[in-house]
Amino acid sequence: MRHLLSTEQLSRENAILILDTAQEMSAVGEREIKKLPALRGRTVVNLFFEDSTRTRISFEAAAKRLSADVINFSAKGSSVSKGESLKDTAQTLEAMSADAVVIRHWASGAPAQLANSGWIDAAVINAGDGTHAHPTQALLDAFTMRAHWSKLQGSSSVGADLAGMRVIIAGDVLHSRVARSNVWLLRTLGAHVTLVAPPTLLPVGVEHWPCEVSYDLDAALEKGVDAVMMLRVQAERMNASFFPSAREYARRWGFDDARLAKLDALNLKDTIIMHPGPMNRGLEISSAAADSPRSTVLAQVRNGVSVRMAALYLLLSGEMREPAAAHHFPAAPPVKDHS
Amino acid sequence: MTNASYLIRSASLLGTTTADILVRDGVIAAVGENLGSDVVGDATVIEAAGLVALPGMVDLHTHLREPGREDAETVETGTRAAALGGFTAVHAMANSSPVADTAGVVEQVHTLGRESGWVDVRPVGAVTVGLAGKQLAELGAMADSRARVRVFSDDGICVSDPVMMRRALEYVKAFDGVIAQHAQEPRLTEGAQMNEGSVSADLGLAGWPAVAEESIIARDVLLAHHVGSRLHVCHVSTAGSVEIIRWAKERGISVTAEVTPHHLLLTEELVRSYNPVYKVNPPLRADSDVHALRAALADGTIDIVGTDHAPHPSEAKECEWASAAMGMTGLETALSVVQETMIETGLMTWADFARVTSTKPAEIGLVEDQGRPLEVGEPANIVLIDPAARWNVDPYAMATKGRNSPFAGLVLPGRVQATFFHGHPTVLDGVLNTPYRHGAN
Amino acid sequence: MNNPSAASGDGQPAPSSVSRVVLSAADIERALTRIAYEILEANKGGENLLLLGIPRRGFPLAQRLAAKLAASDPAIDPAAIVGQLDVTMFRDDLAQHPTMAPRRTELPASGVDGKTIVLVDDVLYSGRTIRAALDALVDLGRPRAVRLAVLVDRGHRELPIRADHVGKNLPTSSSEKVRVRLHEIDGGTAAGDQVVIEAGA
Repeated sequence: MRHLLSTEQLSRENAILILDTAQEMSAVGEREIKKLPALRGRTVVNLFFEDSTRTRISFEAAAKRLSADVINFSAKGSSVSKGESLKDTAQTLEAMSADAVVIRHWASGAPAQLANSGWIDAAVINAGDGTHAHPTQALLDAFTMRAHWSKLQGSSSVGADLAGMRVIIAGDVLHSRVARSNVWLLRTLGAHVTLVAPPTLLPVGVEHWPCEVSYDLDAALEKGVDAVMMLRVQAERMNASFFPSAREYARRWGFDDARLAKLDALNLKDTIIMHPGPMNRGLEISSAAADSPRSTVLAQVRNGVSVRMAALYLLLSGEMREPAAAHHFPAAPPVKDHS
Repeated sequence: MTNASYLIRSASLLGTTTADILVRDGVIAAVGENLGSDVVGDATVIEAAGLVALPGMVDLHTHLREPGREDAETVETGTRAAALGGFTAVHAMANSSPVADTAGVVEQVHTLGRESGWVDVRPVGAVTVGLAGKQLAELGAMADSRARVRVFSDDGICVSDPVMMRRALEYVKAFDGVIAQHAQEPRLTEGAQMNEGSVSADLGLAGWPAVAEESIIARDVLLAHHVGSRLHVCHVSTAGSVEIIRWAKERGISVTAEVTPHHLLLTEELVRSYNPVYKVNPPLRADSDVHALRAALADGTIDIVGTDHAPHPSEAKECEWASAAMGMTGLETALSVVQETMIETGLMTWADFARVTSTKPAEIGLVEDQGRPLEVGEPANIVLIDPAARWNVDPYAMATKGRNSPFAGLVLPGRVQATFFHGHPTVLDGVLNTPYRHGAN
Repeated sequence: MNNPSAASGDGQPAPSSVSRVVLSAADIERALTRIAYEILEANKGGENLLLLGIPRRGFPLAQRLAAKLAASDPAIDPAAIVGQLDVTMFRDDLAQHPTMAPRRTELPASGVDGKTIVLVDDVLYSGRTIRAALDALVDLGRPRAVRLAVLVDRGHRELPIRADHVGKNLPTSSSEKVRVRLHEIDGGTAAGDQVVIEAGA
């Protein structure tokens, strides 16, 4: 694997390798010295065409914990915002010998274009593109789910997948790169996914996705669920007639106090509530739900750094000039030489 | 160029009978087997054994970009590309800068075309001032100008206001004009990036639903019926549109329809690469649409092939998909793509090819001297093609300034060997020769 | 180290024509017993000892040594003095090999501060793994002393590093491969444990 662009093509083997590596990385975060020398001398550029302080600092912390040099390049509000093209920006980064480019872009497909254009030689990590994909978010969600799922089963999470886990993803699926990336990754890891949304916020073509679709959150909860992921809803969707009002949305598709109580009533005591953040409290999720012991919101943030460390390490630590054709991690467990 | 005469020896006329064609003084002077030296005289002999002779192709849908976007294309470069592609006439779309919405602009384009001398350039006039959809452009003035405009279109933008469309359809009856509609309901396609369906769902690109095209076509055929006018539908792209047009024709409504070569060959699956060379409006559709379009072209529901040749400078395509310009070049690949999709598949003959690329588009655009049969006394607008040739599409080897060919890297059948425009070879041996000089012959 | 698999104990039985057994299961057992005594002697008892195995085969060797220490000093809890120290992220050759997945670092609750650490590995070769281990150790705390125990020392050092406790010194050519087979990692029975030298390709 040379780039991390989406989860659709990510094999089960590679997905689990990333999660297992993230598991080892998470231990570093608990040490006094939260730093590993693995990427010393490597340069990671955070190229952000869209504001996202959370994602940027998560990647920055990940790169710094691996001792990489980090350059933050905010393309918004700079000369890049209009005029200078993605191509010119890419070539500038190439001239600066970037080893990895972490790109956040408002346009779907921009990371894929960067990776496939030949403009740049660096590894490309998609940190969210338009309404397309956000693979590290899906990986950190899966990491969070796996820790929970393995604990419930009383087994080690290393090497494990999500077989048998029931996951609801609810909210604005149409505009959500988080939902798209999760659907593919959770499918690969063996979970059973149900998307719940108003029909206006589901893409035409969703019927081809490897998941179930429902318009009724209560009915979906009643079928039994191990993790409920609430998606952020932009208030401005209301003005485009995707739904009549914030109140009606919250009532039908929000995770409110009544639905929190419903989990207890359904005896779903181990069901977790997830949210990629930032949350609209009172719209898609109530404060009581967001702050309940079921909520994994802060664990997701913490796991984000570990997962991004794993992605950076696995993409950057191998041979400097891995041929572009070799889109895979090593198949066999790596061997230690006796030196 | 005086006294130039050419003997095209042993060409296959429309892919059927083999004959010699004598071209003299801009017209077909003789057609027959083994024309004798008494007839031929000192004509330059062009060996055409194995080649198919067809009437010069007529494109009803070309963007020449001049005036205003000479960085993308000029009348000179665009018409060179047309000649190399086997065309002897092109219709220059109105979305130049300034917009071709006055007699002055259409006459300028017409004059540039005459001076270039590679093909007939027939300007298309804008339907509304500035393509803004608010006020009718001076359609009559353009019709009466030296450019003799008969085709009017806001192409690139739909005449979406039903009253405006009705008035335009009615008004052009005064000079037997036709409105060529770019069928795209604007509200249903705000921000649209590609065909709406399972691929757009996967890619997270805003969808351009088929219904946005079909609903406008349905409205327009009913309007055309109501006011008794001629309607031409540009670049039909969906199976549903085909059904509506078929229904309208069965009712006797005066509607003609066009399909582009790229919609006959390419599908939305290509968008998965996020390579903006595949970004076009209307967008590439599903495989089922492609097959419906081929069937409709073969059975006459769709009347013609129009290239929608839309050159763009490289920076307009070397960028994010959402920022990229829409459009593809097509003049130099149209013949090959139609051969690949319609003839190699057995759906059409070369005679059908002549109908959809020459006869019918000339009829719709009321282009005299074009789309005529290969018979004695007819104007010598002739293309000779080698149907057995195979070539690798290289946008950098093309005459158009646009490098945005979606067919780049494909191996396609059919090459133009020669193009005769008013009896003058603009293309010989597959390369540009010299332009025709109006008034010199 | 051109070929990362060259010195690996992947447990595959090698063709007998090009390999020879240099340590049998019994030889390994005897060597570890001797090393255990040496460790106790050098440390003047079992106090404050911590055995850190380097993955993969250093860890079971450290466990075996801890069991032997406990056998001779009942005050020692073998589980409390064994850990695993992964050095992957500290290697100096990450960029020369395909990506290596990191392995777990696990320390007993007592940590490394003030301890006498015995690093345990199966084969000592260039010394670079031990260099990485020393760096990894520094990030975990400040031991009182660090010693090195290896089952086999095959020579060819590239760094100024030597072992304090060696099961067997094994002169090799650098084209040869030393394969260590331990049932905890490679499966099979304890009696099948062995160290083999294979002729180079």
